[in-house]
Amino acid sequence: MLKTENPCQKTKKHVLKKPEASVIILSTLIFFMEATVETDVLIIGGGATGTGIARDLALRGITSLLVEKGDINAGASGGNHGLLHSGARYVANDGESARECMEEGKILRQTAPHCIDDCGGMFAAVQGDDENYVGEFQGFCARSGISATPISIETAMEAEPLLSKKLIAAFGVRDGAIDPFMLSLENIAHAKALGSKLLCHTEVVAFEKDNHCITRVWLENIHTHQRFSVDPRQVINAAGAWSGKVDALAGAATEIIYSMGTLLVTQSRMTEGVINRLRPPSNADILVPGGTVSILGTTSIRVNDPDRIRPTVAETDLIVSQGAQMIPTLETTRYIRAYSGVRPLVSQGKGDDRSVSRSFVLLDHQETGLDNFATITGGKLTTFRLMAEKTADLVAARLGNTTPCKTRTEPLPSTQEGKWTEPGIAPRVWMQKPAGKKDRILCECEMIAESTVDALADALEKNGQAPDLLNIGKRSRLGKGPCQGAFCSTRVLAHMYNNGRLSGPDGANELKAFLSERWKGQKPIFWGDQLVQAELTEAMHCGLFDLELTTPDPDKPEPKKVSDSLAKTTRQSERRN
Amino acid sequence: MNSQAPDTIHTELTIIGSGMTGMAAALFAVNRGISTTLIGQHSAMNFASGVMDLMGVHPAGQEWDDPWKALDRVRKDLPNHPLVKVDNLDIENAMEELLGFLKDQALPYHRAARKNINVITSVGTIKKTYAVPETMWNGVVALEKKSPTLIVDLDGMKLFSARQIASSLADRWPDLGHETIVFPGSEALEELHPEHVARALDLSANRVKLANRIKPFVKDAAYVGFPALLGMYSSREAVTELEQLLERPIFEIPTPPVSVPGIRLQETFISGLGKNKLFRTLSTMVTHVKTDSGFTITTGGNTPETIRSKAVLLATGRFLGKGLTASRQGIQETLMDLPVEQPETREEWHRNDLFSPQGHPVNRAGIKTDDHFTPLVPAPEKPVKNLHVAGAILAGSDWMRMKCGSGVAIATAFAAIKAIEKANK
Repeated sequence: MLKTENPCQKTKKHVLKKPEASVIILSTLIFFMEATVETDVLIIGGGATGTGIARDLALRGITSLLVEKGDINAGASGGNHGLLHSGARYVANDGESARECMEEGKILRQTAPHCIDDCGGMFAAVQGDDENYVGEFQGFCARSGISATPISIETAMEAEPLLSKKLIAAFGVRDGAIDPFMLSLENIAHAKALGSKLLCHTEVVAFEKDNHCITRVWLENIHTHQRFSVDPRQVINAAGAWSGKVDALAGAATEIIYSMGTLLVTQSRMTEGVINRLRPPSNADILVPGGTVSILGTTSIRVNDPDRIRPTVAETDLIVSQGAQMIPTLETTRYIRAYSGVRPLVSQGKGDDRSVSRSFVLLDHQETGLDNFATITGGKLTTFRLMAEKTADLVAARLGNTTPCKTRTEPLPSTQEGKWTEPGIAPRVWMQKPAGKKDRILCECEMIAESTVDALADALEKNGQAPDLLNIGKRSRLGKGPCQGAFCSTRVLAHMYNNGRLSGPDGANELKAFLSERWKGQKPIFWGDQLVQAELTEAMHCGLFDLELTTPDPDKPEPKKVSDSLAKTTRQSERRN
Repeated sequence: MNSQAPDTIHTELTIIGSGMTGMAAALFAVNRGISTTLIGQHSAMNFASGVMDLMGVHPAGQEWDDPWKALDRVRKDLPNHPLVKVDNLDIENAMEELLGFLKDQALPYHRAARKNINVITSVGTIKKTYAVPETMWNGVVALEKKSPTLIVDLDGMKLFSARQIASSLADRWPDLGHETIVFPGSEALEELHPEHVARALDLSANRVKLANRIKPFVKDAAYVGFPALLGMYSSREAVTELEQLLERPIFEIPTPPVSVPGIRLQETFISGLGKNKLFRTLSTMVTHVKTDSGFTITTGGNTPETIRSKAVLLATGRFLGKGLTASRQGIQETLMDLPVEQPETREEWHRNDLFSPQGHPVNRAGIKTDDHFTPLVPAPEKPVKNLHVAGAILAGSDWMRMKCGSGVAIATAFAAIKAIEKANK
């Protein structure tokens, strides 16, 4: 409730403390002094929800500062299927989620078509699956207003020839595939265009409170450990799996269940549309096309710490064997990597993690006695916009802003920011280059040319982030093909040295950081051809380059990673010398 | 039976695998009067950088200047390491015999007396190794003395940046310059492939044109370093002529695959061994090995061949060489289904950190043998007579971390051939 004398209503600006001047502090200072925009809202968490909130607020005329301790979509927003749910998966026991999914799917198809592959989907049951569930499925769907059309076995097999010969029932649904990276990058790009700000690699470390209000939020750059503070009028916790930790810092107890899910990426696209196993939600029962690949998952394993998750061999084996019941080729196909995400589920005390509602929770913290704090958590990628809308409604009302939400109808502009995450875009752009123009392909698996790498590096520098291999990899398909990054990493590095973006002895460490990151997702799928490739990668980078014997200088504070915010000026001169 | 067909090849020894192990074994065999058939396709030597490691690192992360001292330590700590089964004299003799052959075939190698040497790599790291092609030797000397040196790369080579090398090594080697040269005739090309440049530099005219483009940048550099592509079949002549034209010593820097020095090794072995009447090679894959009194070996391809052989040496390599294959359930030997020593579960194959100095347990998986490199089989199976296994497929050595790849290949090939020679007598 709004109180007229609310101390949270005083006008705020960023305040910088501790002026023991280092270059980083100075450049941060330059940034904040340059920031003429008044930041009313601090958003914590740069996933689909946080970036969605930033855009929603900006469209209402409210600018915000979004801080993210990792990179955009570093959590569950980047570690999921990329599935635009029809809602049919939730019809049996979570009708509300089902309906939300259906409605949001319609809106996103209208407003963000460039992020969506409207490939359609199917629910398929095979011999041995619960026939009662199969029988009740259509009724469940009807109850939530979701269309599910029975398909004959012959028609289903014709549409998706890799389906098991043991298919006993199939229904067509309105599923789609959505590129979560493009979505979040476009959302934040639009918010920024409207005056909001983004700081990645920036973690919330403390809240100062006064009289029912958060008055000051202390932030820390995770690489430089420099601290600075912001005095916001409103604070939104959209930290996903980390929202419980953020709430605890603010003195509010929200119990979050961490449910880890693992997914596998196949080397090629296996199906035209999304294939769901027609059974009560279980392991490895969804296969979603992602451009030129398919994504199979997932699992649901309770973990204690969202910061320490890794896909395991056991999960991989489970996913492959379960998935193969639906699509037998999944047993023999080549996988190129595995990854995990943590679903933030709000504890309601009983039942297993899959039965916890996948609907979202918006906490206004009035009970805890915090008038300018809100936490949005739970939910799923498909409903991110609705989550953002509800949160923005609350915060806008608190700020006295009565402009209605515009994201239901306002198209999401297509910028360059998210463009390169789309499979197949890099080769298309490369093919269009003028005849005679030299533009060498650096990643031969995903056809990424020099010009694409340069564009990505420029964009990173513009955002004040290091144009290093790791960051370029996160914003493109670099290293995501069958070579596992062994060759493209080395070529991109040579290119970065050649054009002067990189100098000094850090190249070896960039290689190690990039390949280590890729390795994390590959270790569980090392059999068959992928193990052969792993051996070649290791032969080259350890056998020949001896990279395992190079150690980063411990006294050096990771100079390239100073990156953030506006240390840009320093880093450019550092890199271009 | 096929074995009775008139076109059956009869041979004393069949070597399966055409990597460093197979080639070295063929050399040692024909030198000992054993008629030898080498079968293999897509030699892994195409992936080799051309430098030869003997023993460089043990235990995890500890580098040794003296490979023999490193070996002493390995003998103490790792009784199952394949090199431990070969005594130092045999290892030295094996190296001597192989490097002597390469010298005779105009591909000389250089090494330091009882000492590992340092070479720079194409990413600007410094690597310890045992022997390098003569064309790389000046780089070892220049690095040692930190002499003023110009590193040259060629426009369009995507895996080699002279600037990267110079910049990465600037702290340790300040007098390192760099320059990118457009290779004569490649102006219109988007990309340049090392094999093509190497073949072009087999011709003197191209060396002259290249030298003319480099000359303005040489200035006071005492050495000039190049990516390893100075000639394919005439690398010695190419280097000598470029040294005359540039009026100073030059050297090659090892590159990642596909690597010209690896192809040179492969081609040199095949042509050198081809001069010996006891040697025959089939560029194909073996599909089947049958053991009876001796071996019947069948090859694949459009015209399958049958070979009758008294002895077989398996030198099929690891996963890349197709000697081993891995499924979700475990690791198998591909040709004869020999027992493979391996970690209990797939979870243990690799460590979480790619660059862990301890290395990945999967790289120590392989075939376990006795001291004569005869594979050990669990009772009650009887060991196959006259079957030997050598090289990277052997259990107990992580060549990538220990820097012992060529050492294991050459020394175990030598020991296995000695055992075969003894059995023949």
